[in-house]
Amino acid sequence: MKKLVTSLLPLALAAGLLGGAAYAAGEGHDLKEATEHAAATAHYPILKPEEMDWSFAGPFGHYDKGQLQRGLKVYTEVCSACHSMNLVPFRTLENLGYSEAQVKTFAANYEVQDGPNADGEMYTRKAVASDHFPAPYANEEAAAASNNGAAPPDFSLIAKARGVERGFPLFIFDIFTQYQEGGPDYIHSLLTGYQEPPEGVAVPEGTHFNPHFNAAMSLAMAKPISDDQVTYDDGAPQTVEQYSRDISAFLMWAAEPHLEERKRTGFMVLIFLLIFTGLIYLTKKSVYASKEH
Amino acid sequence: MSGDHSTYTPATGIEKWIDSRLPLPRMVHDSFISYPVPRNLNYAYTFGAMLAVMLIIQILTGVVLAMHYVAEVSSAFNSVEKITRDVNHGWLLRYMHANGASFFFIAVYLHIARGLYYGSYKAPREILWILGVVIYLLMMATGFMGYVLPWGQMSFWGATVITGFFSAFPLVGEWLQQFLLGGFAVDQPTLNRFFSLHYLLPFMIAGVVVLHVWALHVTGQTNPTGVEVKTKTDTVPFTPYATLKDALGLSVFLIAYAWFVFYMPNYLGHPDNYVMANALKTPAHIVPEWYYLPFYAMLRAITFNIGPIDSKLGGVLVMFGSIIILFFLPWLDTSKVRSAVYRPWYKLFYWIFVVNAILLGWLGSRAATDLYTLMAQIGTLYYFAFFLVIMPVLGLIETPKRIPNSITEAVLAKKNKN
Repeated sequence: MKKLVTSLLPLALAAGLLGGAAYAAGEGHDLKEATEHAAATAHYPILKPEEMDWSFAGPFGHYDKGQLQRGLKVYTEVCSACHSMNLVPFRTLENLGYSEAQVKTFAANYEVQDGPNADGEMYTRKAVASDHFPAPYANEEAAAASNNGAAPPDFSLIAKARGVERGFPLFIFDIFTQYQEGGPDYIHSLLTGYQEPPEGVAVPEGTHFNPHFNAAMSLAMAKPISDDQVTYDDGAPQTVEQYSRDISAFLMWAAEPHLEERKRTGFMVLIFLLIFTGLIYLTKKSVYASKEH
Repeated sequence: MSGDHSTYTPATGIEKWIDSRLPLPRMVHDSFISYPVPRNLNYAYTFGAMLAVMLIIQILTGVVLAMHYVAEVSSAFNSVEKITRDVNHGWLLRYMHANGASFFFIAVYLHIARGLYYGSYKAPREILWILGVVIYLLMMATGFMGYVLPWGQMSFWGATVITGFFSAFPLVGEWLQQFLLGGFAVDQPTLNRFFSLHYLLPFMIAGVVVLHVWALHVTGQTNPTGVEVKTKTDTVPFTPYATLKDALGLSVFLIAYAWFVFYMPNYLGHPDNYVMANALKTPAHIVPEWYYLPFYAMLRAITFNIGPIDSKLGGVLVMFGSIIILFFLPWLDTSKVRSAVYRPWYKLFYWIFVVNAILLGWLGSRAATDLYTLMAQIGTLYYFAFFLVIMPVLGLIETPKRIPNSITEAVLAKKNKN
């Protein structure tokens, strides 16, 4: 075993150094060159997402309720105009630190269709806590028709449905660092990544250059948010950078509402298993002590 | 078993009463308590116990998941989400089941690798080995159909690609594909039958596992020396010796499993499978689950026609052939020596085989480029050469190291060396 470790260690170190060097070289690349390379190989995104510090990362990760509340504000005031969030019921907003009454009031801001009533008519009523966020469009076709032919994706799972391939050897290190935040990193990078295309790069009509988009060099959605667009009442900076972080965290919560419970349970399970393994080891050792094997 | 006298003595009246009617406690006692196992078994022999536990975990979590799952194309995806969001501990059940499949395969690959290294497939254990390959094939089918059930983009397109392979066969191909799908494309009938079969096959696996364990208990286990048990000093009773070693191996394995279930449950999945299946939108890059990747790489490596066989059929034949070949292993290996410990050349080729299999797996996850295709072709060539050339020839020309006369001798020699 010791031999195995000593022979693998230099290998792992060398791989890490090589990977790191390659990554650094990639960053130094001229954006124009990188764009042309991506276009030639049809390999997107042009730039890998920036790794952020998230409160919900790691074994003791937990959501920052203030951040989730700000993210909800960004979603309701900006994103929800085009993006649905079909799988999220209002009642779960209590997990963001709101009271039952606050959730009721929040839900009442929305109108949902219900019915048919006793007369066979469909009708609209104020939403209640058990309703889900209503979608901005009646169906996917309507969504596509209003958005240049590309229906804005649903947001319920977007933080788990996006992720840029990590590549060797990062995907091995990720097992040990528990890196699971590829989705929020991607969303944050995309939202802060809008910029003018490099000189000489032609972007298809009606699309917007963004080196962080995972399917092409540009996307149908224009830069969706700008500084001071959403008013925060907790003193957090009203910048695109902050909005992007908050909405990414909020979307992670929407996709994985039981994350905290999962990690908490996992910690107890691991502690149990470690103690159990230790006891089994000692028992095994004493049983085998009297027997050559 | 294996002709040994039963050492079970019913102690109480009720035990005697049962024993003379259905001696099930006697069978359990003789198979898992007094059953003699070689005294030199190492941790490579603990994967069987892990596999048994994984099968049980998969069946238990799967049965509960099936209570909440809806096998209908417009509801399947959302019903899985409902499980993770609203069912009590549904997230745990789902993540245990999804990651359980991966850990089931990790254990089975280690188990197979152990068999290859210590020559566990050689006479008189041919049937034991063949039953193992049958279990592996059933696992592959079960895993594939299970991955289709959440009805995400990768579920749908993976199913489309894999069932498409069957259309490569001449004459019957198209009929076969439509028979599997229940139509011309992956749709409601496909989902329904995959759900039905995904629920059925694990119980078939359990049945074959019973035969596998039965065959094992007839021939007895191999051991790292490959020398058969000769005297009583070569063995120890299953309990406590093997039981404790299995338990230790298992609990270390469960630590790794828990690490994934609780801290990185989506690491082994694909982000695209969190997008609902859409027949009109092909993902940029369709990849199967990691445990099929080496075979997928071999399928894609065949980019050329061979006589009347076009590249598509060739690829499919190579892919199926790479598993079918395992059935013939007991007769392909001509060496009289079981264990790689005493076969210096086989040991070398064995480790190249392992590295090659991992490399093929990595290539299977890459988009095909000229370089990668060439590497996959070389890898495929080695995979088949290992079984068809190296194994038969090496057995005839290799000079093995001196083999100990008995397990006891080997154990005592090791002790004196330390």
